[in-house]
Amino acid sequence: MPVSKLVGAKVRRREDPSLIRGLGEYVDDVKLPGMLHATILRSPHAHARIKSIEVSAARQLAGVVAVFIGAELTDQIGTIPTTADNPTLRIPKHYVLAADKVCYVGEGVAVVVAENRYIARDALDLIEVDYEPLPVVADAEKALTAGSPVIHAEWPDNVAFSWQQEQGDVAKAFKQADKVVAQRLVHQRLAPNAIEPRGVLARYLADANQLTVWSSTQIPHLLKTHLAQMLKLPEAHVRVIAPEVGGGFGSKLNVYAEEALLGYIAIKLEQPVKWIEERRENFQATIHGRGQVGQVEAAVKKDGTLLGLRYKVVADIGAYHQLFTPAIPPFTGLMLSGCYKIPAIGIELRAAFTNKMSTDAYRGAGRPEATYVIERLMDRVAKELNIDPVKLRQKNFLKPSEFPFKTATGLVYDSGNYQGALAKALKLAGYEKLRREQKRLRGRGRYLGIGVSTYVEICAMGPGFWEYGRVEVTADGKVNVYSGASPHGQGQKTSFAQIVADQLAVQLDDINVIHGDTASVAKGMGTFGSRATAVGGIAVYQAAAKVLEQARELAAHILEVDGDDLLFSDGRFSVKGVPRQGLTVQQIARQARAARNLPANLSPDLAADSTFEPSNFTFPFGTHICVVEIDAQTGRPEIQKYIAVDDCGKVINPLLVDGQVQGGIVQGLGQALYEEVVYDDNGQLITGSLMDYALPRAADLPRLKLARTETPTLVNPLGIKGIGEAGTIGSTPAIVSAVIDALTPFGVSHIDMPLTPQKIWRLCQTSKTSALRGRR
Amino acid sequence: MATLLDKSIALKINGVERRFEVEPRLLLVHLLRDVAGLTGTHIGCDTSGCGACTVMLDGATVKSCTVLAVQAAGGEVLTIEGLASGDKLHPIQDAFWDCHGLQCGFCTPGMILSAYQLLKRNSKPTESEIRHAIDGNLCRCTGYQHIVDAVQQAAKSMKSKARG
Repeated sequence: MPVSKLVGAKVRRREDPSLIRGLGEYVDDVKLPGMLHATILRSPHAHARIKSIEVSAARQLAGVVAVFIGAELTDQIGTIPTTADNPTLRIPKHYVLAADKVCYVGEGVAVVVAENRYIARDALDLIEVDYEPLPVVADAEKALTAGSPVIHAEWPDNVAFSWQQEQGDVAKAFKQADKVVAQRLVHQRLAPNAIEPRGVLARYLADANQLTVWSSTQIPHLLKTHLAQMLKLPEAHVRVIAPEVGGGFGSKLNVYAEEALLGYIAIKLEQPVKWIEERRENFQATIHGRGQVGQVEAAVKKDGTLLGLRYKVVADIGAYHQLFTPAIPPFTGLMLSGCYKIPAIGIELRAAFTNKMSTDAYRGAGRPEATYVIERLMDRVAKELNIDPVKLRQKNFLKPSEFPFKTATGLVYDSGNYQGALAKALKLAGYEKLRREQKRLRGRGRYLGIGVSTYVEICAMGPGFWEYGRVEVTADGKVNVYSGASPHGQGQKTSFAQIVADQLAVQLDDINVIHGDTASVAKGMGTFGSRATAVGGIAVYQAAAKVLEQARELAAHILEVDGDDLLFSDGRFSVKGVPRQGLTVQQIARQARAARNLPANLSPDLAADSTFEPSNFTFPFGTHICVVEIDAQTGRPEIQKYIAVDDCGKVINPLLVDGQVQGGIVQGLGQALYEEVVYDDNGQLITGSLMDYALPRAADLPRLKLARTETPTLVNPLGIKGIGEAGTIGSTPAIVSAVIDALTPFGVSHIDMPLTPQKIWRLCQTSKTSALRGRR
Repeated sequence: MATLLDKSIALKINGVERRFEVEPRLLLVHLLRDVAGLTGTHIGCDTSGCGACTVMLDGATVKSCTVLAVQAAGGEVLTIEGLASGDKLHPIQDAFWDCHGLQCGFCTPGMILSAYQLLKRNSKPTESEIRHAIDGNLCRCTGYQHIVDAVQQAAKSMKSKARG
């Protein structure tokens, strides 16, 4: 690769000029002639039989074009898909609109199609549904208890799937332990809340039997395949377009009822139809993240050496599976070893059906849960053994010389330097000084806490999760880069252009990166799991490398020399020793079109594609340190300082990487302190709007201080690991740890998230020592 | 679809006088997006909590999802589309670009309008004042830090422009 000029540089994004002017086209901005609007009637019951639905009044409202109900569609539209290769998996039939019964609040039962969205909304009020309420179970642990209400009659135990894994002699580890430290941990459900709600626009051209679906999706190609199956169309007749997508975070990595439903309606009515989700629908019927309750136990020696770990967990699935629902909880199991050498690990997972919306991938997807479990456990062990939490981690860390390392969860970590990231973070935080400050403040009745989280995570997926890239140099000197990745804010229109600009020695402005349209990009998987650059970028890099080779051969033909006599330097192919008579890649592309007598292996253009399938996950890692002060009178935690040292391998654009880490940290903060999806015992969604679900706001945080170490991965030639989720994974444990550390004088050893001021305040009040501490 | 209930309203949008026939219940944000064709203002929620729909109405920011179009009759609305002068970006837009103050871009128009109001009222805001001024605008992508950087940079560049 030639000397990098743009890779590693802080380049302003090519995406921004249109977005900052409000010219970005999101799904709801796309208008088609004759477009109709759809709204969905959703169940107010968590579990009920549909005795009857009366839609005639709705159908008769002026401006209403059609109304469809679930029972009419069960043989028209395929069921909503899920993927998993777990033999214990039970898959309930999941229709796009409920036919016989509803199983969660928000499940769709009917759809109205009208001339405008106001009429469509009016018509919903005219539909009468006679429900027969059924017993509800909203708690996952309760659902697995004998005597619980049954959600799917075929499976009276409410078990969605189970998963066990044990490596190393776990029983022996616990027998040999000097101490066993146990902790029950709750990972509350979260609502991803991309600021753009979901939306779908479908248009069907009958003469060509061609369906086009615009969707706010992270996976246009995968969605195309599933829609073709659900609507019984040939794949070649389905086109999916992800226009500008306003955030995803995993919530749009899916195949949703509305996507197939709108496709069906467009085909039936032969008019374009659009559905845009309202925020309360997003809370009810877009996937939730996390949702695990577990007991973790560590077998340890007196000196702090970890001998073994056991994790028994119940995962809250919801009433149905969505696309990756069964795949998420096992990720937690895979990452339980964390940064540490733990010779024996046993995991027992049971997944429960509940009368709630499905859980599925949300930023981190199983890995935040794992990091939280292992990092909370380390803090608890440190406390029980009276060892400094940082020293305990250092003692059990994997050493750089121990890589590649096979964990007792079946993974092979390829590279890592956890000590390096920790040392850097401790220095930036002024850790020793902070501990002295903490002691001083405690003497004055002030509660400062310091939380350290050392994490490693898996991302970019591995075998089976390929990505596609294509590079073309046109005869007029432009470069088109096609990617199967589907960014929604991550900036690959810029970072991919940086990669190709350096490789082909062309100007950034001459490069156009295209993604999101299955008609323009031959194949792809999409953007999720921090893979757009780590996998998609490599496919683009490989394609560009092929183009460079083609350019060499064409240059050789044009210059009538041998390919080996050519040198690519300073952006030109020239004969060794005659640098002034060289050809740029763009010149070669132009001349290639007019070339004559081309050998059979050359074509008169410059274009190549490539697919990259990683051989393993990549393993970003780092250390986050959070400093918090608790106001004991209000319970309010105030973050004083936040340091993040993250290692994502090679960095293409530091601005983009910082942005991902900052955004990820704030989402982790949301989980730690503010956010929780709450259903009551009747399965009623209590947190149904932004008035009840607290998202982090600008005034809630101080400046985050970011730094990096760079330990390349061996999995791809550019050494890129991925960074999209690491911030979220590393942050939550650091923040929780800091708050609990602050409350040590009150005898607090654990609090479940979110650590709201009320929870904290109550702990301060009920503690015995509060009387001794006095008032501030 | 005109009905007897429709009201005739006139208002200025980005300096241009426009006339519309609207249902009394039509939201200003829908007027702007669906009728006037200005889709830069976005809808992110249904409880006026997210701020994606922020525009200026008669010199002050409003959440256009919670204003009826008829309430804006006779008034002046400034949307994101009205900030740039032809090819020339407003300094706030330029600063957002420079500082990577946006990722998916969905909250950005509302965020920029809130920043616009802040800098009109306070040309030298502190970091705390900036964070407070955009407290009504949710962003799920950036974590706000680069947005704060952008507003700080815009303040500096606007101040030096005012001096020069």
